[in-house]
Amino acid sequence: MADETNDVTATAADGARIPTVIADDVHIVYRVNGGGGGKGSATAALSRILRRDKAESRGVRTVHAVRGVSFTAYRGEAIGLIGTNGSGKSTLLRAIAGLLPTEKGKVYTDGQPSLLGVNAALMGDLTGERNVILGGLAMGMSREEIRERYQDIVDFSGINEKGDFITLPMRTYSSGMGARLRFAIAAAKNHDVLMIDEALATGDRKFQIRSEQRIRELRKEAGTVFLVSHSNKSIRDTCDRVLWLEKGELLMDGPTAEVLRAYEKETGR
Amino acid sequence: MSAPPSPDEGLSPAELAAKYGLSVSGARPGLAEYVRQLWGRRHFILAFSQAKLTAQYSQAKLGQLWQVATPLLNAAVYFLIFGLILNAGRGMDKDVYIPFLVTGVFVFMFTQTSVMSGVRAISGNLGLVRALHFPRASLPISFALQQLQQLMFSMIVLFVIAAAFGSYPSLSWLLILPALALQFLFNVGLSLVMARLGSKTPDLAQLMPFVMRTWMYGSGVMFSIPIMLQDKPAWIAEVLMYNPAAIYMDLIRFALIDGYGSENLPSHVWLAALLWAVLVGVAGFVYFWKAEERYGRG
Repeated sequence: MADETNDVTATAADGARIPTVIADDVHIVYRVNGGGGGKGSATAALSRILRRDKAESRGVRTVHAVRGVSFTAYRGEAIGLIGTNGSGKSTLLRAIAGLLPTEKGKVYTDGQPSLLGVNAALMGDLTGERNVILGGLAMGMSREEIRERYQDIVDFSGINEKGDFITLPMRTYSSGMGARLRFAIAAAKNHDVLMIDEALATGDRKFQIRSEQRIRELRKEAGTVFLVSHSNKSIRDTCDRVLWLEKGELLMDGPTAEVLRAYEKETGR
Repeated sequence: MSAPPSPDEGLSPAELAAKYGLSVSGARPGLAEYVRQLWGRRHFILAFSQAKLTAQYSQAKLGQLWQVATPLLNAAVYFLIFGLILNAGRGMDKDVYIPFLVTGVFVFMFTQTSVMSGVRAISGNLGLVRALHFPRASLPISFALQQLQQLMFSMIVLFVIAAAFGSYPSLSWLLILPALALQFLFNVGLSLVMARLGSKTPDLAQLMPFVMRTWMYGSGVMFSIPIMLQDKPAWIAEVLMYNPAAIYMDLIRFALIDGYGSENLPSHVWLAALLWAVLVGVAGFVYFWKAEERYGRG
């Protein structure tokens, strides 16, 4: 699996391409408590409960974030997801990863797709050192794996370049330093199906080059890569296929150049 | 993409998935597989609970000293109100009543905080649930484990207080270990149940403090149930004494305090402690697992 390159799409014995992710009419609905009915006062909430109407008027609002998206991704593909803010890109990724339950439809995957990101498991009150261990464990690495890669993670993040910062609590880091350490931890693990959500633009120029390099490595090791980005350049550099989402619907699915041309025309640049 | 005509043309997504052995993303694993996955995450569960424990007081000047100072202050407040002002001991010797009261407070708090953190285990960590894969039961278990570690600090305070009032370390103190182990299992089960309920209805976080306080006053934390309910029908005291919180409190009091003998315990108390632990522990786990694939929905 790891020795396949991205230009050669892998094929099965009968000449068919091997699918790794199949999305079949996926719908995702968020339910938001307290988002409904203009007024947020206690009496308004009470009257909503007393009225006993449908969920909509009881202060629960539903947001239909992804509406019937279907596609098949094959081994060796790098797929970009584009669309304006709030078009459902990140939500779709989470559904593929099995982290957000679908309202309707199914996602089939080969192995366990993983989101590149570990932010939620880290704690600002702990030292960088303990966060590396905690983050690694949260991603499902073993203690031995973490011990092996610990030095690489710290070196890669460059946290210790300006002094011994790794033994300070993470809340004392500058936002750039924090982002670098988070990326370094997240990128320490190899994945079958890898999903990257706008992670490229962290840190200074030097770190960006380093992280792009690391993402290329991860791509080589992963079977299929999904990339959400607002940078058409990084999509063009890394992806050979692009899905364009708008208002939760799949507007276009095709080769990068073709979809990006249409997208740029639509968004006016 | 100008793909060559493929033999897979015309297959439905489900058939295509079946042909290449793809599985539904985010499906719930079987119970045995779930337990296995959970065991695989034991290091994460432990590290997460320790991290939470450390993070709790990391901004305070006294730092980790608060781990011991908080239970000490708690004991002092309850002693002031129930021991000195209300005299809730009702003729109990001071040497017995004060360790009795402090044990009750600490042991009940162990269950109380486990339940409260259980309610928020999923609903308060949606970011984590939506970002990473792990058996979701890791979270409530981890929080219960954090409370267990917290209790260890309280126990140090408790031992000092017990010794100060004339109950010196003896072999019977060893009984604390099985009693706490059973209570921990009970707490885990309860917090798993609360985690599932809380993930659907976060409002429980507002409601539970009142439920827990009622439970506390009904379990004889500050008074002895048989003495307090002397003139009431016997079955009321009986029911209250078999509630799990009262059982675990009484067991630890019995183990710790010299003047608190077995005459204060209901009959078959160890069996009751075991049954509560296994019943709630196992049922809570299965109940939580049943909704595994639905956690994280907004």
